[in-house]
Amino acid sequence: MKQTILLGALLVALIGLVALPWFAPYFYIFIVTEILIMGLFAASFNLVFGYTGMLSFGHAAFFGVGCYATAMTLLHLKWPFLYCLVLSVGAGALLALVIGFFSVRLNEVYFAMLTLAFGMMVFSVAHHWRSVTNGSDGIAGFTLGDFGLGLDLTLGNPAVYYHVVLVFVVVAAAVLYLIGRSSFGMILQAIRQNPERVAFCGLNVRSYRLAAFTLGGAFAGLAGGLMAPFLRVASPEMLHWSTSAEPVLMSILGGTGYFLGPFVGSAMFILLETWITSITQAWMLFLGIVLALMVMFFRRGLLGTFLDWWLERK
Amino acid sequence: MSGFGAALLNSLDIGLLLFVIAVGLNIVFGVLNVINFAHGALYMLGAYLAYTLINLVGLSFWPTLLLAPLGVAAVAVLIDRLVLRFIYQRDVADSLLLTFALLLIINESVRSIWGSGIHVVEPPPILQGTVRVFGGPSYPIYSLFVILVGLLLLAGLWYLFNRTRVGRIMRAAALDRDMAEALGINTKRVVTGVFAFGAWLAAVGGAVAAPMRAIDPGMGDKIIIESFIVVVIGGLGSFPGALIGALALGLMHGFGGRYMPEINMLLPFVGMALVLLFKPTGIMGKGATA
Repeated sequence: MKQTILLGALLVALIGLVALPWFAPYFYIFIVTEILIMGLFAASFNLVFGYTGMLSFGHAAFFGVGCYATAMTLLHLKWPFLYCLVLSVGAGALLALVIGFFSVRLNEVYFAMLTLAFGMMVFSVAHHWRSVTNGSDGIAGFTLGDFGLGLDLTLGNPAVYYHVVLVFVVVAAAVLYLIGRSSFGMILQAIRQNPERVAFCGLNVRSYRLAAFTLGGAFAGLAGGLMAPFLRVASPEMLHWSTSAEPVLMSILGGTGYFLGPFVGSAMFILLETWITSITQAWMLFLGIVLALMVMFFRRGLLGTFLDWWLERK
Repeated sequence: MSGFGAALLNSLDIGLLLFVIAVGLNIVFGVLNVINFAHGALYMLGAYLAYTLINLVGLSFWPTLLLAPLGVAAVAVLIDRLVLRFIYQRDVADSLLLTFALLLIINESVRSIWGSGIHVVEPPPILQGTVRVFGGPSYPIYSLFVILVGLLLLAGLWYLFNRTRVGRIMRAAALDRDMAEALGINTKRVVTGVFAFGAWLAAVGGAVAAPMRAIDPGMGDKIIIESFIVVVIGGLGSFPGALIGALALGLMHGFGGRYMPEINMLLPFVGMALVLLFKPTGIMGKGATA
């Protein structure tokens, strides 16, 4: 019964998202595009944190590298958009494989430190390597051409781009969801709960952790690739640890225990950001306070707390 | 003095300052089992308080060196009492998240109070200018002063941990907190004290660094990353490890900055990766594999 209600609510939300450009003004299309992309970014982080139990403070590295990959191929090679995104996924996965190789072998405290440190290394490289990354100005001035596959889409139109993002995010989210439900995903959750026991069952915990981290990097790369044409720039700030803080906060805000938590968190986050930054400059201060309060008193997140309560209820 | 000598002094200057900060991180981790992500922010707070006391209040350098770190230690006591108290019994991820939130809060508070521009503090007259070391080209007196402060703190910390009752209580609490409690030690007070002491060390670093480094809202980020590299290279929770790691990083900066400036920035990360490959728990570390 409750399953049916939840599925129905999800379906209504999805129909609303598809129909959005026909009734909402451009301002809301921009906001929802951002919510979708950042939601995917947060969900890719939650595969690493919520499922596998590895708290990464450097997830922006993969998001940012995906953004740079798409921006630079659009600028220099003028590839169709779809191929740029494939490259972004590959770039995010490859970087995550390298950073993960060094980071997943140690315990949680080390993992948190190492991901932050390696993430900032990527930031420093983007910031200082002017001849390739154009330093603090970032990569700008690229234009969207074809989509690829012979599809005739006017990607420059925000409503069309919104639908492209919606399709990518929904498909990617479905894949992430299926990964979480698969036997592979079950093992990841078992690793979060008790890594020693998983190791005793004869599984190589380190390989599974590295696989989860690499997958998380791949999806973060996709989110970054989708972000490049939306922002029209790829800048070092997207690699900074304060960008890594965003999926952390979104996941905690929505709840790390449910698959849709990061997406709900992303919506809350972007709406709050839009509202708060119109009042004050100190958005990050607000962010820190909300994160602290959520961790102290609301660890299950908003969606998590609600679903816990609702599903328990007779 | 040759370029080699100058590079060596630079290495000591950077390394010992980094030691003071990283050892604070290590001490807090030893007792609280928490890596304080806001440690670099507390270092920055020390520098900004020093700037305020010297340039805005009009205090001279020496009382500032005493007062600014104490102010930060007081902030740390508040943080421990009001915030960290809630999560000591919880999963380690929660403590990481919470100190990460503190990092955001302190960083942004600093930015809104003091602005995002660069501030400068003059060293006191007696420490200004340069001096000829070993009969070679001249070297800034203030950098020699930083080396002296680092050596004094190194000796002081060694004495504290090995020769005093307070130091033994801290080590007991780090080894086994339940046992220490059973033996009549007020571990809650020890935890608060250790957290404040770690913050004090970070802020001493900040106050000492104020006259020679640009004071801006990004200075904490840089130092926390370097401190992490130090403890990863040296081994988390190890006192000699912090010294070895800090001096190694100092050498990379001192000599890397002189002989290979293009890749100087990447050297610490390469060093860290090498240590992780061959001795994942750090040079002096033991047992932390997943």
